[in-house]
This record gives sequence, structure tokens and C-alpha cells, in this order.
Amino acid sequence: MSFLKKPNIAHPGLPKNEIGLTIRDYEGAMSTLCAGCGHDSISSAIMQAYFELSVEPHRVAKVSGIGCSSKTPTYFLGGAHGFNSVHGRMPSIATGANAANRELNYIGVSGDGDSLSIGLGQFGHAIRRNINMMYLIENNGVYGLTKGQFSASADRGSTAKKGDANPYSPIDPVLLAISLGCTFVGRGFSGDKEHLVPMLKSAIKHEGFALLDIISPCVTFNDHEGSTKSYAHTRANLRETVYADFTEHHEEIIAQVDPGEYKKITMHDGSRVGFKRVDESYDPTNRVSAISYIEEHRAKGEVVTGLLYMEESSSEMHSVLGSNKQAMATLPYNQLNPGSETLARIQARWR
Amino acid sequence: MKPTDTARPDHFHQVVDCQWGCPAHTDVPHYIRQIAQGDYTGAYLENRKSNVFPGILGRVCDRPCEPACRRGRLDEEPVAICRLKRVAADLSDDIREYLPPKGPSNGKRIACIGAGAASLAVANDLLPLGYDIVMYEQHDKPGGLMRTNIPSFRLPAEVLDDEIAMIVERGVDLRLNTKVESMQALLAEGYDAVFVGTGAPRGKNLDLPGRYDTDRIHIGIDWLEEVAFEHTDTIGENVLIIGVGNTAMDCCRTSLRLGGKNVKVMARKPRSWFKASEWELEDAEEENVDILINHAPKEFVVKDGQLKGMLFDKLHYDIDENGRLSDPTIIEEVFIECDDVILAIGQDNAFPWIEKETGLELTQWDTPVVHETNHSSSIEGLFFGGDAAYGPKNIIWAVEHGHRAAISIHKYCEGEDISDRPPRGMNLLSTKMGIHEWSYSNDFDDVPRHKMNHVDLVQRFKDIKIEVELGFSAEQTAREVERCLNCDIQTVFAAKLCIECDACMDICPTHCLTITDNGEEDDLRGRLRAPANNKTQILYVSDALPQTGKVMVKDEDLCVHCGLCAERCPTGAWDMRKSRVSIPYASGTKHIAAAS
Repeated sequence: MSFLKKPNIAHPGLPKNEIGLTIRDYEGAMSTLCAGCGHDSISSAIMQAYFELSVEPHRVAKVSGIGCSSKTPTYFLGGAHGFNSVHGRMPSIATGANAANRELNYIGVSGDGDSLSIGLGQFGHAIRRNINMMYLIENNGVYGLTKGQFSASADRGSTAKKGDANPYSPIDPVLLAISLGCTFVGRGFSGDKEHLVPMLKSAIKHEGFALLDIISPCVTFNDHEGSTKSYAHTRANLRETVYADFTEHHEEIIAQVDPGEYKKITMHDGSRVGFKRVDESYDPTNRVSAISYIEEHRAKGEVVTGLLYMEESSSEMHSVLGSNKQAMATLPYNQLNPGSETLARIQARWR
Repeated sequence: MKPTDTARPDHFHQVVDCQWGCPAHTDVPHYIRQIAQGDYTGAYLENRKSNVFPGILGRVCDRPCEPACRRGRLDEEPVAICRLKRVAADLSDDIREYLPPKGPSNGKRIACIGAGAASLAVANDLLPLGYDIVMYEQHDKPGGLMRTNIPSFRLPAEVLDDEIAMIVERGVDLRLNTKVESMQALLAEGYDAVFVGTGAPRGKNLDLPGRYDTDRIHIGIDWLEEVAFEHTDTIGENVLIIGVGNTAMDCCRTSLRLGGKNVKVMARKPRSWFKASEWELEDAEEENVDILINHAPKEFVVKDGQLKGMLFDKLHYDIDENGRLSDPTIIEEVFIECDDVILAIGQDNAFPWIEKETGLELTQWDTPVVHETNHSSSIEGLFFGGDAAYGPKNIIWAVEHGHRAAISIHKYCEGEDISDRPPRGMNLLSTKMGIHEWSYSNDFDDVPRHKMNHVDLVQRFKDIKIEVELGFSAEQTAREVERCLNCDIQTVFAAKLCIECDACMDICPTHCLTITDNGEEDDLRGRLRAPANNKTQILYVSDALPQTGKVMVKDEDLCVHCGLCAERCPTGAWDMRKSRVSIPYASGTKHIAAAS
């Protein structure tokens, strides 16, 4: 970590977004992670995505659990709300917060340990409820904070820094999420912001639970030869399959049809996600074929990346429950709490 | 683009904007750090190596370094480089013992004509090599234009005397009150080489009706000279200065100290076209000098042999979309009363004492043809420098001319080819002291530029010799040195170590780093993370990166040299290294390359 703060001086020609902010207004505190950590690069992509979407930082709520990845919400969007929760329990906090205030923009940041070991149950149920949030797994295959033990996402045969091979088969959050009915599933790489940023923007705009599994190399414990989550190995085995091309609702569509683009999905607010297929055989709206495609390439040691699955008609938690359109947090107290007389009347109905 | 060749001394030199912009290439960030550490003597010596007159230049330099300062491009004011130079000069110990003495005589005799900045610089460089220098000066004191044209309230005589003495007392045969009247005669004296540093002593005249009907119209530089030698000590209450260059500023402020009450500077064009430096304009305006724009002189009004005033045409200009002035239209005629007029509309170099018979090749303006870098003329062994060479510039250019001419004279006397110039060198040394510790103050300090304190407006007019600027206080100095961005601490990149984690790009406060596919310069500039429209600033392009074949591009324009890229780099691909340009001098004492 650096001892000095990032200098408070900016390029005078820095572009401004629609609400008059520059990318510098989306920064947080100085990162205390190891220099070169993939997580820092993801934080930077997150800032870029919110900046490009012109989201007001104070309309965002950042929630996280425990781990290197869960520290990172401090390092972006300093003006946002935040809650650093118990290990693996972030989905519960996110569910509660979302239930109370549906008007905020939720981002959950978690890691392979936080989501795939201790928090696996919570993770599954947040998907099942289709909470309207973006859920990131910053996936490096190791427990960095406890000095580099294999995590549940480490590939079988992948070696630790000292050379021991991992005997267990990995949990793939992408396959897990698709099979659990997640309505938006993508996989990115911290070292490829060009594709990560539009995917993040699509995920932020998705109405429902949007999972992004982001390969994020651990420079200290998992960037060596023999690791399958290093910068070099990920770059060498990356299989770009479908990538998102995000257009906001008010942006004009360029008349020319991009030949690589085969499908567009219009989101609830009118924004559009275009799918650019690198592999023509891939269908990101078909769960069965998506799962078999990912499995097939995983067997070959390839990391399939892109916006891998998206459900057009997603119904998030509030619309399933038919809850109040106005956020509970903004209701006047007498509406939020109708009083003991009303309670007595309701209870009387079941007597 | 091709990978940038950082081994070329000019590459990193160019990043140090102030040093690159200085004609004499003074290592500004280096001496500012010495001041910060309280090593004023070291800072003075560092200055003296390249600019010879730190005390003089710390007051009256034209400061090409300051407009070049990177800090000015960050929506701020440049570092007060010139003021800091004066701090070094004010607080330095006596440095005479560090100066090389005159070397054992090599039997070569060199004549320097004029005892101004250029000639003195030549003498400074050639004395240690054992040359016998004969310096001719028409006045009874050395210093040339520095003494005659710069008023003592800006440059005290003691400072001038001291820094000239440091050169002369080491063995220059200075012949005062000796005007060279004939080049032919001088050449016949058999000197091994002759250097002409006679400046640009002829002030331009304004030949309008009434010009010769009164003795109250003065040529600016001649008048300043008379004041300097105390031949003139009064002026009328109402004074008009014609022209708006730095000489005009000296004339108006001098007038105020000799009895002028109502002093007006008359400019032909709008303010953005003024030739005077912004800070000299400010100093004059602080003293309540009126500057009237768009007035073209028309006539001197003289009645019964007495100057009554001047007629001007008041002009109107249009400015086109390219910012150019249209031809003026005359709105009205204006009469302005005055007792004296001072003409400060420019000056020329003049050589009435160089005879045609010498065969010296002249330009169409009757000035000698002088080689741009080696300062030779068409006569072998005859060199020109300072304003005498290419017309009026400034002191710091004159000093640089002196350095270059000294190299030429030495080579000429040694029988070497004078067009074969000694090369520059570049040394780089890591400043890494620990994991995130550097041997320089890398944190960005956002304090604004400090203002110079002045003697108050009543006190300063009591005597023309009262120096107006008081110099920086210890507190001002301590804060101002921290404003320097340390542009000489270079970001040095090793492409083969890069794993493309983007950490450096993400942390850079001014977004000057980008990893992208290579392309031609214009294309690349369009694809960087922040606008890179300042083409006067170079791009650094690395070799292809090992994992993706992309390149690291750095736009040098707005880097604040905070070192965070190097702090955030997990593989040490970035390092902060101090660069030291070595500039060759005749005496062979190169800029000591060791970074300290």
C-alpha cells in the first residue's frame, strides 16, 4: 500500500458525464491491497461504469462480506452508502436493504471464499429471490488474507505458491448461478476492462440479480506458473464468447448494423444490451446450451468469458412480492407503522 | 509508433520543461531540492554552472522557464523559479573558493569587446583553461546592458558588482573607458580569437513632426544609461512612454523615481499584444502607471521650443477567429499633455566601428552573418554573441551564447573543427529508498504560488536605489519549493516486466498512462485515457508488452511525478529515476553527472 493519498489534482481536460461529474468524483479511499491486485482494477472498472451511466454516487449502496474483495467497496464511490457485513452474509444484508429501499442502486462485492464457501447458501437464495442488485465475485482461487490457501474455485491440479496441487474439483459460480435460475450471468477478467465495463453497465441496469464472476489474479499468492488464475494463464486460455455492447435508452442507435451483433435485449428502462458473438454457435438466451457450452470448454481448460446468459423477462423480488412501489424507507412513519389498532384488526381476521 | 528511445539524452531532458525551456539549461528541479534541503551554496553553484549570474538572474531574468513549467498547465500558476533562484543567491556562502582559478597560461590571447553578460561568460569558461582575456569596455564600469538598462531598484549595483568581480578578479585584463573604435585595428593586434559582445546599443527613433524641435524627447535605453551613471536625475511631472516592452516598464518606473507624477505608457495595440512580461506590467501598474492601449503616435506638439504634448490617433481593431488583429481604423485624434517623452520602441545592434575593409559578411540589415550554434562569423577567429549576434534577446540567452562561443574559441585555438560540437549525456539513477519511499518529496502539494513581498509604495520612491522586491521569506521558500513537481525524477518503464494488471493506469491522478494497441501518433493520441491534445509534449511508447503485445503509452504532458505508478507496480516495471543532463562546457567541467 502507498502511504500518500492519491494527489488531489486532475487532468484539466477530463471529460464530464451528464450530471457534470468527472471520473475522479467516483473514487474512494486509497486502496490498501497489494500493488497489482486484480481487485483494484475491478474497482476502477466499476468507477468507470457508474461514471458512464451518470449515476449519482449517493444513490448507490455498496455491500460486502469479508475478504480482500470485500474490502474494496471502500476504494470506489466514496460518496455512496456502504455496509461491510459478516463473512458470507452479505446477501442477507443486501436483501434487507433492498426490501427497505428499492430506489437505491445495489452493488454487492464478494469473493470466491465469501460466496462459494462460507456464504454459498446465502448466495444461492439471493439468486432464487432475484434481488435487484449487481453481485460481483472477485475470483482469484485463493484465500489471500490468510496467506494463499486454495479456495473453492481453485481448479483441480492448480498449484499453490509452494507447489502443492489442489485435489478438489472447483465450484464454478457461473454454472451454479445459471442452474439456480439466475437471470443475468457473465464472466469477465480484471485485466480486460474493455469488455468488463460494458458488462458492468448492463449488470447495473439489469432488473434482477446480475452475477458477474470476474477472474482477478492474486499477485501475491496466485500469479505463478502452475496457477490457473494468474494473469498469464488467464490471458492464454481466455475464450471470449459473447460480449455485451451496452447502449443507454437515450443514445441513438447507429444505423449501421454491426455484422457481429445478432441479438438485442431491451431492458426495463429502455436501455439495450447488444450481444456480440465471437463464437457463432453460442446462444446466450438458452440455459441448456449455455451450460453445455461452458462445461465443454471448461473440460479443455478454457475460461469462457462474456455475457453468458440473460433472461429477457426477469421479475425481481419486489415485482414478485407485489410490494409497495414507493420505497419503504421513504414512507411516512404512520404509513410504515399503521398502529396497534390496525394490527389488532388484521389479527382479528384470523381469530 | 516506434518504441521511444529513452537512451537519447534529449528524451528525458525534454520532460523537464523548465530546464528544456531555459536557454542555458539550468537544472531547476535539482537546485530547488537543494534549497529545500537548506543547501543554498550548492544551489547557487548549480545555477552558476549554467547561468553564471544567479544573483542577477534571480531578480531580472526573462524566465522562459516559468511559462514552460508543467504546474502552469494544471490550471495553476508556475513554480516561482526565478524567486527561488534569488533565495539561493541571497543565502549562499561566499563561493569564491569553489571557482577554478585561472589555469597556467596557454599562451593564447583572446579579446572580448564589451563587458556584458556574453563576454563575461566567455571569460568565465576560458580562464580556467589558461587563456589570457583582454576585455574592452567603453564605460567606467563593467556589466553592459545589465548595468545601463536595468534600473537599480530592480537590480542593486552590489549584486551586479559582486557577480562580475567573481569573474574579473580571477585574472581578466579588463580595460575600462576603452571604446574599440576600429575592428581593423583590433584584428591587427594579433589576438588568437576575438569575441564581440557589444549588445544592441542603438535605441530606435520615432521620426515624427516635432521630433527635433525640443530636447525633452529621449531614447529609452540611452536615457536609462544616463540615469544609471547619474548624469540625469530629474524629469518633468507629466511623462509619456512610447512603447510597451520591458524597457518601457523600466522607463516608466524610473520616471516615477525622478519626479514624474503622471506617467503614461502609450501602446499601439491591445494588451495581449504587449511585449512586456506580465510580471513587469503588474509591477508598473502597482505603482499607478497608466497603460493606454490603441494609441498610435502622430506628432510631437512643440510651441516656442517647449514640448507641450503629443498627438495620437486612437485606433480600433477587430480580432478575427484566429485571434489575429485586423488593420486598425482611426476613431479620433487625441492630444495628451506632457513634459517629457521617452521612446522605448525597440533597439538594434549596430557596428559603426566595423569597417567594410575587414571583409565581414553582413546581412541585409547590416548585421554580421553569425553561425547559429558555433557563433562564428565570416572572418576566421572572430565570434559574436549576446544581443550583438542576432539582435536583442535577454541575459540568459547572452550567457548561453557565451558558453557556446567559448567552446568554439577553445576548439578554434586548438585547431579543431568548431562545427563538431561536444555531445550531451544523460544519467539516470533510481530514487527508490524502500518499498514506498523515495529520495525526493513525491507528494503533490496543492498550495498556490507565493507572492513576492514589495517595499511599500511610499517608501520605495524615496531613493531610486531602494530595491523594490524583498525576496522570499523562509516560510515562503519552504512552501514554494514543495510546489516543484520534480519533473527530473523520471518514470522509467521496463516493458518486459509488465504483467498488464493496470494498477499504474488506475492510480495515476492525471490519467497519463494507457495500455493499448500501438498505432500512429495522431491515432494513439485519440485513444488515450485523457485528452492528449498538447502536441508540444511527447508521448512515450514502450516495446510490445509480453502478455498481449499491446504497448504502454505515457502522455508526458501532465504527469505530476508523484511516483504512484511505481508504488503500485507489483513487478517493478516502473521506477522513478533521477535524470541528470550533462551539458558540455569549454572548460571541460561537465555538469557533474552524479545524482545527489
